[in-house]
Amino acid sequence: MKVDKELILHVAEVARLKLTETEVKKFVSEFKEILDAFSILDEINVEKTKMSIQPVDVKNVLREDKAEECFSQEKALAQAKTHKKDGYFKGPKAV
Amino acid sequence: MTIKDHIKKVQRGEIDIVDATKKALSELKKTDNEFNYMNIISEELALSQAKAVKKNTKGKLAGLFITAKDAILVAGVESRGGSKILDGYTPPFSSTAIKRCVEQGAIILGKTAQDEFGFGAFCTNVGVGFKTPKNPFDKNRATGGSSGGAGGISQLAGFPHIALGESTGGSIVNPASFCGVYGLCPTYGRVSRYGLLDYGNSLDKIGPMGKDIGGVALVLEVISGRDKKDSTTLLDKVDNYSSYLKKDIKGMKIGIIKETFGKGVDNAVEKKVEKAIEKLKALGAKVEKISLPTTLKYGISTYYIIATSEASTNLAKYCGMKYGKEEMLKGNFNEYFSDVRAKNLGEEAKRRIMLGTFARMSGYRDAYYIKALKARTKIIDEYKSKFKTYDALISPTTPMLVPTFDKISKLTPLQNYMADIMTVGPNLAGLPHINIPVGFEKGTPVGMMITADHLKEGKLFSVAKALEK
Repeated sequence: MKVDKELILHVAEVARLKLTETEVKKFVSEFKEILDAFSILDEINVEKTKMSIQPVDVKNVLREDKAEECFSQEKALAQAKTHKKDGYFKGPKAV
Repeated sequence: MTIKDHIKKVQRGEIDIVDATKKALSELKKTDNEFNYMNIISEELALSQAKAVKKNTKGKLAGLFITAKDAILVAGVESRGGSKILDGYTPPFSSTAIKRCVEQGAIILGKTAQDEFGFGAFCTNVGVGFKTPKNPFDKNRATGGSSGGAGGISQLAGFPHIALGESTGGSIVNPASFCGVYGLCPTYGRVSRYGLLDYGNSLDKIGPMGKDIGGVALVLEVISGRDKKDSTTLLDKVDNYSSYLKKDIKGMKIGIIKETFGKGVDNAVEKKVEKAIEKLKALGAKVEKISLPTTLKYGISTYYIIATSEASTNLAKYCGMKYGKEEMLKGNFNEYFSDVRAKNLGEEAKRRIMLGTFARMSGYRDAYYIKALKARTKIIDEYKSKFKTYDALISPTTPMLVPTFDKISKLTPLQNYMADIMTVGPNLAGLPHINIPVGFEKGTPVGMMITADHLKEGKLFSVAKALEK
């Protein structure tokens, strides 16, 4: 697996992480070591094997489509310290 | 005094639980000052719960002191999962596990230290600005991770106490081993994950830790079972785990996982575990060597690909809005979120987000994430085939003696991940497993891990109790 600065910067952008130059350099060399080790999975034959998203059988449980009590607006906003206004969360500019 | 006796005394009104709580809090503060086990001590909450228990002493856990790993939410108590990005977050609701304990009269003393979001094997990857917990037997050594604070306080608490830990890839048994206590990670879905800060949704399990195996069984009974708020909880009836403490292990078939001995495993660890195995034989267990080649060869890679993939999506919600740490609103969406995350997530959290994002990215997804999910099936099948013959499987809990901080600081990330070699298997397969302390080497504890089939937690208690005698 080829790991270079470009790949790390691309992953960081997708992951919404602003990395420093030092971090990028470090991740390049660490990812090489880690992905090399992970490549051991290349040898395992899973052609006919299904995926296990969960380790045990989990059944889907549905509930009636009925409105239930939920958080008040005040309670929902209570955890935002300063980024709120007029009963809404305040976020960064979208455009 | 055992936890059972303590609860009986509280129920009969023979212990003034408010006084006992004040004493426990003062001891906890002292221990915390020295060892850094607590991210927060919830004094006010504990005292109000103690007063309520004094008035109504009926609960199954009346007056039992409980601490919660920081990732397990407690209403009104700052809950950060060991991360700076959740600074100031005080959840308006409690996790189901905590709620059930409190309904049965437990008293919550606070939140224990952990690797940030559970990302570590030593509890040295704490979040930005957090203190690293120290091993109860040697302050230059680690507690193990990621439920490190839980392991440490379980060992040192002089009051009747059970810790709620959480395991994704070994984070209950690992610190239990390094701190010399019991730690039980239940079957996936046995205990509700509602109100647990997610690391990996298909892997996370809440479980009890403590010095008193009877207390561990009792708390597991209380927190287990179906929860409408977590659709992955199992419908199966909850066992009476305490009853298994009295069960004989004569005739029990136990498999020794041969790949977990030999190369890469500390000789002293092997010797202690082998001695415990001899004791099991003397008690009438039938012991044979077995092999789990797929699990031991591919487990680490499979686990880290799945766990980081799940973590990278789970952590996407931490972006400096709605709750937790905020920064100055500057730039567009992406700039703001990237900035908040860069400033407030620790190094290992960033590394795992990066690895998981990569493993799920178009072009790499089939070779990494999908492949790992298929390898996981092979690992589950391998275990399941063994449980057709055996009641339980044995390995050391960790391949090494408790390492010093200095030694840990020299490990590469990959070497850190390799420390989970013994524990990723049962965690990938969602199998219940327990750490049983089996002695000391150079003054620090050694642990043995027993794994059982899905929902067979009872067998783990029978083995643990048999070895205690």
